[in-house]
Amino acid sequence: MLAKAAARRGLKPLWNVQLQRGFATVQDPPVRHYGGLKDQDRIFTNLYSRHDHGLKGAQSRGDWHRTKDILAKGDSWIIQTMKDSGLRGRGGAGFPSGLKWSFMNKPGWEKDPRPRYLVVNADEGEPGTCKDREIMRGDPHKLVEGCLVAGRAMNATAAYIYIRGEFYQEASHVQQAIDEAYKAGLIGKNACGSGYKFDVYLHRGAGAYICGEETALIESLEGKQGKPRLKPPFPADVGLFGCPSTVANVETVSVAPTICRRGGKWFASFGRERNQGTKLFCISGHVNNPCTIEEEMSIPLKELVEKHCGGVRGGWDNLLGIIPGGSSVPILPIKKCEEVLMDFDSLKDAQSGLGTGAVIVMDKSTDVVAAIARFAHFYKHESCGQCTPCREGTTWMMNMMDRFAEGRGQEREIDMLLELTKQVEGRTICALGDAAAWPIQGLMRHFRPEVEKRLAQFKAANGPVLFGGRLQRDVPSELAIPDNMGPERPEQQLPPPPAAA
Amino acid sequence: MAFRCMRLRPLLPARRAFSTSRAARSDALFVHRDTPYNNSKIPFEFDEANTKIAKEVVAHYPPQYKKAAVIPLLDLAQRQNKGWTSISVMNYVAKFLDMPPMRVYEVATFYTMFNREPIGKHFVQVCTTTPCMLCNAYDILSTVKEHLKIGVGETTPDGLFTLVEVECQGACSNAPMLVVGDDFYEDLTPESTKKILDAFKKGQKPKPGPQSGRHTSENSAGLTALTSKPYGPGEHCQPEFK
Repeated sequence: MLAKAAARRGLKPLWNVQLQRGFATVQDPPVRHYGGLKDQDRIFTNLYSRHDHGLKGAQSRGDWHRTKDILAKGDSWIIQTMKDSGLRGRGGAGFPSGLKWSFMNKPGWEKDPRPRYLVVNADEGEPGTCKDREIMRGDPHKLVEGCLVAGRAMNATAAYIYIRGEFYQEASHVQQAIDEAYKAGLIGKNACGSGYKFDVYLHRGAGAYICGEETALIESLEGKQGKPRLKPPFPADVGLFGCPSTVANVETVSVAPTICRRGGKWFASFGRERNQGTKLFCISGHVNNPCTIEEEMSIPLKELVEKHCGGVRGGWDNLLGIIPGGSSVPILPIKKCEEVLMDFDSLKDAQSGLGTGAVIVMDKSTDVVAAIARFAHFYKHESCGQCTPCREGTTWMMNMMDRFAEGRGQEREIDMLLELTKQVEGRTICALGDAAAWPIQGLMRHFRPEVEKRLAQFKAANGPVLFGGRLQRDVPSELAIPDNMGPERPEQQLPPPPAAA
Repeated sequence: MAFRCMRLRPLLPARRAFSTSRAARSDALFVHRDTPYNNSKIPFEFDEANTKIAKEVVAHYPPQYKKAAVIPLLDLAQRQNKGWTSISVMNYVAKFLDMPPMRVYEVATFYTMFNREPIGKHFVQVCTTTPCMLCNAYDILSTVKEHLKIGVGETTPDGLFTLVEVECQGACSNAPMLVVGDDFYEDLTPESTKKILDAFKKGQKPKPGPQSGRHTSENSAGLTALTSKPYGPGEHCQPEFK
C-alpha cells in the first residue's frame, strides 16, 4: 500500500521506512500493576476485629443485606456468578469454585431423596496460615451468610462448619453468629423469609492437621479417626453421612455473598486472568511487622512484604528465602522472590505454589536446613498412618533432615533423600505425602550448596560418615565395613601392570 | 568402673544399627493399663448441665449417625473430668452414644487434644513449628521450662502447670505464641512469658491475645489497610442489590 501510494505521488518507494514502522497504531498493552487494593474493595472489613462482630455490627457493614434476593435468584444464577468471578478455592488447591459447586446439581438431583450437605473446612492447620481465624473472629456473619448462599447454590439442606479444636475463641464467635442468625430468622426453617430451609451447625475438631483434607474431614465429622478416603466416589456423590456433600474453605464460602451482591465482574477485575479476586495473605517470620492482610491477587511478593509488613528484617538484601504458600510448598530463593507474583500460575511457574497464601519469610540468620527439618517433624507428627509410604517416609525424611541439619551425612545421601521424596510423592491417598516431600525438594533445589557445605564441615571435624549417620571411626577397626554402608577407603595402590613380554 | 565402660564402648557399635536416632515413640502410650487413678471402676457421668448440652449436640447429627457427636462429647467430658480423658470417660461416652467402646478409644487416641493422662490446672502448650521457630519459639519453650522447672510433658509438683510442645496452632502472624487452656497468648518475649506464668501462679488470669500491645494481627507499626470507616449495606453493590 505504502509503495503504491508513494509511486502515485511520484516518489520513490521508501521500502526501508515501511520495514521500520507500520502505520497501524497498535501499542503494547499498558503493563498492569497489581496490588494497592482500596479499602472499599476489601471484603473482610472487620479483619482486625476492631468493630463489633455481632449481628448488629455485621449488618452495619453490609452483611445480610438483601440476602433474600440472592436466594431468590436461584442456584444456577449464584453458580454462574461464581464462575464469572473466577474465584478459585482458597484452601490451597485452587480448584474453580463455581465448577465445584455445580457438581452438586447433576441432572436429576431433585429425585435423590438424600439430604445434601455443605461442609466448611475451618480446620486451619497449615503452618504459616492464620487467615480463617481472623475471618471467624472478626467477620463470623460473613461465614454464616456464605454458608447460606453457597448452600443455596448447591441446594444443600444443612451446613457443618468443622473448626479446629484449638480455635476456642473463634468457635464461640461463630456459634454466637449462628445463634443470632437463627434468632433473627436469617437461617433455619424459613431462611431470610425465602421459604428455603437451611441449618448451620458448628462442629469442633480435636487437633489433627490431617482433618483439613476434605475426605479426612468428612470421616472426622462422622466421628471416626481422620483418615482420608479413596476417591472416587467423590464427596459430591457419596460424602458426609453417605450423602452428596461439598467441602469448601472458610474464605471461599465467606466471599460468596459479597461477590453475589457486587457482581462477578467486580471480583474478576482484580488479579491476572485465571487468578482473579482478592485474597487474604498472612505474613509471618522475619519481617518487621508480620500481619494478615487482604490484597489483590497477583500482587508482587516483594511489594506485599515491603508495603504491608515493613519489609524484611535488616532490609531486602538480608533475605534468604520465602515460602510463599504455607509449609507444603517449596521455598523460593531471593532472586525468584523479586520476580514472582502472588497468584496460582506465577508461583507454579516458579516451581512453588500459592497454597493458602501464607508467606513465611526467612532472613539470612535462618538455619534453613533446620527450618525445613522442623517441617519434616511436623509432617511426621501429623501423618495419619494409613498409607505406608507416608507413614514410613515422613519418619525417614525427618531422621535424614535432622542429620543434615547437624551435618551428619554423606553427599550421596542427599540424592537418596530426594529419591525417597519422589517415592512418597503421588503414592498416597491424600496429598499429605506430597506436602511432606515438596519442602525438602525445594530446599535441595535452591539450597543444596548450603547442605553440602554443612556436610563437609561435619566431615572435616568428625571424619567420614557412613550411610545412616554413623561415624566411620566408631566402627571397630577389626570389622570390615560393607560397601553399602558407604565407607571411605584409603586409595589402593594397584600393582603395576605386568611388563609386556 | 568408668575405665571398664570406656573399654567396652567401642565394642558396642558392632551391633548393626539401622539408624542412629532414638526410635521415636508417639506422644503417649497407645495402650491402656489400669492404674489407681485410671481404671474402668472409677465412675464418671455427665452432670446435669453437661447432659443437657450433650443432648443438644447429639441433635445436630442425623439420628442414625449419633456417633458423629463423639468428638464434641469427648471434649465436653474431658472438660468435666479436669482436662483429661480417662478410660471411664471413654466408656461413658460410648454408652451415651450407643457405640462400641473400641470406636471411642480409636478416636481418643487419634486426636492430640485428648489427654489420656492427668494434667495440671493450667495446660501450657508452646508452639514450635517453623513460623514460630523462626521467631525464637525455642527460647520461649526454654523460658517456660526454666521458669516452671519442668520438662516437656511434665507437670509441676504442685499440680498447677503441665507443659507440652505442640504443632502449629494457627496464629503464625502473631508468633511466637503459647496456649494456656483455651486461650492464645501471642507475640511473646521471654519476659512477657514469665509474666504470664507468674500471673497464673498467683491465681489471676492474664489477658489473652498479643502481649506486644497490638490488637490482633494488624501491622504493629500502624494500619496499612482498613483505615477508613467500613462501607455500609448496599454500598458499591450492583443496582439490583442496592
